[in-house]
Amino acid sequence: MVKRQAVGAHYGLKDWIAQRATAVFMALFTVVFAVCVLTLPSFTYETWSGLFKSGLFRFLSFLFFLSLFYHAWIGIRDIWMDYIKPDGVRLVLHLVTLFLLVGYAGWAAQILWRL
Amino acid sequence: MTKRTVQFKIYRYDPDKDEKPYMQDISVELEPSDKKLLDALVRLRAKDDSMSFRRSCREGVCGSDAMNINGKNGLACLTDIDSLAQPITLRPLPGLPVIRDLIVDMTQFFKQYHSIKPYLVNNDPPPERERLQSPEEREELNGLYECILCACCSTSCPSFWWNPDKFVGPAGLLAAYRFLADTRDQDTNARLDNLEDPYRLFRCHSIMNCVDVCPKGLNPTRAIGKIKDMMVRRAI
Repeated sequence: MVKRQAVGAHYGLKDWIAQRATAVFMALFTVVFAVCVLTLPSFTYETWSGLFKSGLFRFLSFLFFLSLFYHAWIGIRDIWMDYIKPDGVRLVLHLVTLFLLVGYAGWAAQILWRL
Repeated sequence: MTKRTVQFKIYRYDPDKDEKPYMQDISVELEPSDKKLLDALVRLRAKDDSMSFRRSCREGVCGSDAMNINGKNGLACLTDIDSLAQPITLRPLPGLPVIRDLIVDMTQFFKQYHSIKPYLVNNDPPPERERLQSPEEREELNGLYECILCACCSTSCPSFWWNPDKFVGPAGLLAAYRFLADTRDQDTNARLDNLEDPYRLFRCHSIMNCVDVCPKGLNPTRAIGKIKDMMVRRAI
């Protein structure tokens, strides 16, 4: 049996923009985060968790993790697309990656909001 | 300049005789007038006529004699023999099936080239004379139309190695932008739709191997960036 190859899924631009946008956000947040941490009056658990008490900081750090996981999803999927030839294996790896990253996002939020 | 001897290490494979490819050590004496790698290859073939490679115009216009020279793709006819470290290692273009010695099967490469419709689409009745462009509009085609389809770029691109059947490759994408950039073409939307795909266009991660090897000094990465730019401007 001949398996014909089809391309033309008509997506890709959104992911490409998202990968760049999330990278920019992560870079900016890293700078903000570094400044906030370095200007803490003392480096104790109280000041550290105090940092995460502010609503804005929670909002930004949550966005950071969402950016990280979305960025990672596109990057890891690219690796599977490049190197994994059997379609079935690739689909399974895509799903495993997706489930893991969604799980990690929930886990990260839980840790962050518990501080 | 006096006569000199040059050492080679050449990829040899004749599917009728050899079980698998091997590297052959061979040297050749050059005449003072021999300047380019192609001159040496012609002398080599006179010495061993079983050695196969493509060549035609011998001046960087036809793109036939593209090969992997000391690990980097290039045209034998444009490469100065004295600029190369010896033994000069010659291999066929990477990633394409080898037909024999330095000759590769370019079917996949041209299939991708054809997939971007490398011709002007204009449904208006042709004017009496030519379809005109302003000098600025014509300027945009510089650095795009000069491609000779030697495949140096696409075969140095890892994304093309992994997915030659799905990724258009730098040569094809440069040609795609050549027609997207042409103000006389009316197929812009369909062309962008054709490339809006995670494999066809977005396998390019801008590592610029293509720019590094292009014997004509072209910049496929910039052209690919401009295609993405057009897509973004269309979408937002």
